[in-house]
Amino acid sequence: MALDSPEGGAAGIIVSAAPSDLSPEGRQPAAIGPWQLALRRLRRNYVTLFFLALLVILVLMCLLAPVYSAHIAGVGPNTNNITGTVSVNGTQQNIVSLSGVPIGPTWGAHYLLGADTNGRDLAVRLLYGGRTSLLIGAVATAVIMILGTLVGLLAGYFRGVVDFILRPLMELIWSFPVVILGVALGTALALGGIGPVKGNSLFIPAFIIGVVYVPYLGKPIRGEVLRLREQDFIDAARVQGMGPWRIMFSEILPNVSTTIIVFLPLILANSILLEAYLSFLGAGVQAPNASWGTLISDGLTYIQTTPTYSLIPGAMLVLTVLSVNVVGDGVRDALDPRAQVRVRN
Amino acid sequence: MSEQLLEIEDLEVSFATEDGVLRAVSGVSFTVSRGETVAIVGESGSGKSVTVMTLMGLTRSPNARFAGTARLNGVDLISASEDKLEAIRGKEIAMIFQDPISALSPVHRVGAQIAEQIRAHEKISKAAALDRAIELMGRVGIPNARARARSYPHEFSGGMRQRVMIAMALSLSPSVLIADEPTTALDVTIQAQILDEIRQLTAESDTGVIFVTHDLGVVADIADRVLVMYAGRLVEQGTVDEIFYDPQHPYTWGLLGSVPRVDLEPPRRLPAIPGAPPSLVRPPEGCPFQPRCPHAFDRCRELPPLAPRLPDAGHLDRCWLTPDDKRVLRETGGRIGLTEGAAS
Amino acid sequence: MTGFITRRLASAVLLLFATSVVVFGIFEVIPSYNPARAIAGRAATAATVAEISQKFGFDKPVWIQYGNTMKLIFTGQIIDYQDNLNVVSQFVHRFSVTLSLVVPAAIIWMAVAILLGSISALRAGGWLDRGLMVAAITGVSIPVFLLAAALLYLFAFRLPWFPNTGYTPFGTDPAQWAYHLVLPWLSIAVLSIGFYSRVLRSNALDVINQDFVRTARAKGLTERQVFTRHVLRNALMPIVTLFGLDFATLLGGAALVTETVFNLPGIGQYEATAIGQLDVPPIMVGAMFTAFFVVLFSALSDVVYALLDPRIRITG
Repeated sequence: MALDSPEGGAAGIIVSAAPSDLSPEGRQPAAIGPWQLALRRLRRNYVTLFFLALLVILVLMCLLAPVYSAHIAGVGPNTNNITGTVSVNGTQQNIVSLSGVPIGPTWGAHYLLGADTNGRDLAVRLLYGGRTSLLIGAVATAVIMILGTLVGLLAGYFRGVVDFILRPLMELIWSFPVVILGVALGTALALGGIGPVKGNSLFIPAFIIGVVYVPYLGKPIRGEVLRLREQDFIDAARVQGMGPWRIMFSEILPNVSTTIIVFLPLILANSILLEAYLSFLGAGVQAPNASWGTLISDGLTYIQTTPTYSLIPGAMLVLTVLSVNVVGDGVRDALDPRAQVRVRN
Repeated sequence: MSEQLLEIEDLEVSFATEDGVLRAVSGVSFTVSRGETVAIVGESGSGKSVTVMTLMGLTRSPNARFAGTARLNGVDLISASEDKLEAIRGKEIAMIFQDPISALSPVHRVGAQIAEQIRAHEKISKAAALDRAIELMGRVGIPNARARARSYPHEFSGGMRQRVMIAMALSLSPSVLIADEPTTALDVTIQAQILDEIRQLTAESDTGVIFVTHDLGVVADIADRVLVMYAGRLVEQGTVDEIFYDPQHPYTWGLLGSVPRVDLEPPRRLPAIPGAPPSLVRPPEGCPFQPRCPHAFDRCRELPPLAPRLPDAGHLDRCWLTPDDKRVLRETGGRIGLTEGAAS
Repeated sequence: MTGFITRRLASAVLLLFATSVVVFGIFEVIPSYNPARAIAGRAATAATVAEISQKFGFDKPVWIQYGNTMKLIFTGQIIDYQDNLNVVSQFVHRFSVTLSLVVPAAIIWMAVAILLGSISALRAGGWLDRGLMVAAITGVSIPVFLLAAALLYLFAFRLPWFPNTGYTPFGTDPAQWAYHLVLPWLSIAVLSIGFYSRVLRSNALDVINQDFVRTARAKGLTERQVFTRHVLRNALMPIVTLFGLDFATLLGGAALVTETVFNLPGIGQYEATAIGQLDVPPIMVGAMFTAFFVVLFSALSDVVYALLDPRIRITG
């Protein structure tokens, strides 16, 4: 059984006449830190890179919604046009038929994906809805990351009274059926708003999702902090005279950063999904705003005649969440590869 | 000359990694005979663990490549199929590992784990296997064996856990026992007990033992023959007396010289071998020890073959220096060492 | 052991209490929420509203209302605002439907997830592993309402392989019972299979590299024995806890979208309607019902975990 030839030839040391010239170690591979190592692994992961590109494209498309609306479709997301007509393959058709059924995809510049019962351009609403979904997802994620980390750090480091309050609180939110909590809060706040924030503000769904998922990050961080605080380097820091806040942020926080980075895409994906879920049930984004969830819900009534009404927003939603999940997996693998390395011949 | 159990010829093991191909073991050959204890010494990364794990087939993976043979009772362990290997492992060749707390399953009872080893190769009932396991536990010096067989590994002390591993490994009377640094994780006092245990049990059954260690004290205690490994290669091989009293390779001098001696004046500095082991991904050409060797000269550009340079054909080394030069160069301040003119 | 049970009972009571308070509190936050008006209907006069208000006690202070509601719940007399049905008896009747939906789905998803996760872990890095994980990630990325709607559209309308909606009790006709439930089972299972197979693969890969697995191989056990007896057993332990919580919330009606889309008269459907109408009693009972199961299954999974891992002992 012969050995495969080593990669790139065994380029070893050229021995000079005076052996004392040589560095004693011979040629070692260049030193490389854990972050650069992770980045290098990430760069080699083509599947992840592909989905990252896809995600960027999807986000850009949604951010360019106003451009599409102004220059291509010619209408805004809330421009009603029940009685109007649109030209399809030369013939003029009713945007909304006499019996109330909206037109299907025209695959033209106007009403590319069809219309809804109010005569609004679905393609425009799809992009604006995407903007809404992504915005809420991002804001909620930011809230969760900050609050979750903070709660985890405080509960794990200070323990005692702080933990006594925070831990059961997290357990309560966690055990509460997401559905009931989210939907009840959503419906309740959608009606009356809270304080100065109006009922149909986008911050309400973002806030609800944020609250519901804080334990998702908070509990693992708390666990890690509990484990870390027993280690010697924390004692060393205390002995050096560092105060608790300084220790938390300059010693412990960097060590949980891997966990945070790994959770970020997971939380983003789940936030987008939860927003769609709430909006679908009417407890999330409120009219006249649209999100992918509301569009899917609106389209269900016409699923037999015009399946594209529901399925296209659905596909956008799945593709976006899928991309986030794949990128998340790629990041996790880059930081901590477990699968065996394949032999490259 | 007692019967040769294990014959390893030109073993080579390499792994494909992100940085390139890592040559862990290159051209290693040796034999183990019945009743003989062979010690393999070297630093971390010398390839000693990879060598013995390859004998057990535990290094097989998609990114590993092997060459050479290792014949045990007529079967080549390197090229044997997985099924064949499963039949041999534990039965004809067994292994005890370094850290017994992590090497034993935390969720199974100790007696059951030993019984599992037995039942993997013999068709007997669980009860009969458990009885044998209990008997074995008694033989390795675990008191109250019947009761303790129902305990879990975390309920034992380190020394006791290692005795369990020994009982498990010897349960089917293998021809060869591999001990991979079995005492490194234990207290020094327990070390002595465990070494005694291993020595006694293997003497009783004439088992061939391969003992991997970096501790020369242990080697002096139990070995019949010694293999010195460096950067994946064998650099010296001989009886324990030859290695300790007439070492032929500068690396061996370095190892011996770095052991503090009670009977001599303490040196001003603890002698250590300067430099670090070479990268196994881009190994240097020629003698692997050359970059760190104060006695290197231009012939060292060429890899010395492992050959006997003294009248005794059993004592081999990989150094171009003449035996006379070696005798002179290895003396530093009244003791064997590597550094030229080490302070005394 | 008795200490453990006592602690769990105490935390159960606390959780139920906290849950009921939270739900009740949420509806107090809404300024425009007026249950009396909701019950009275659109065309009601102010007098009717006031009458209803008095009858149901909506004019009393919050904590008295809360107290009354809790009393009604625990005496089984609470009725919902919309249809005047006894909430508790509704839950009892509808529970068998939810059970029919959730239990077989759980069995399906766990069996498939363990199988797929194991195969992936054993063939880690290979094409089979990659393929399965792509499928798993996709499964986790599809929201359940979309999947339910898509399955209904594709396999009940376009290809009339399955009936649209509706439920046939097991006692009436087992074959029909199953036939009506296949698509709903799939809706629930797909997402969970994706999730659990990934978790199992990840856990299994962690365990496979541990020393005691190496020892097991050194003993001469077959690859299959090593995997089932050592790797899988350790890899499944964290999954037990996850599954407990998942299963509990599903029993409490978390599958409300699936029940609604497929028109299955289970607890979820009831809760969904109640939420849409802001009908507080069913929502409260639903939340407490779920909380009860959460505590029960969390205790059960802790017990199972302690059975599987002797290093953990149930302390009081």
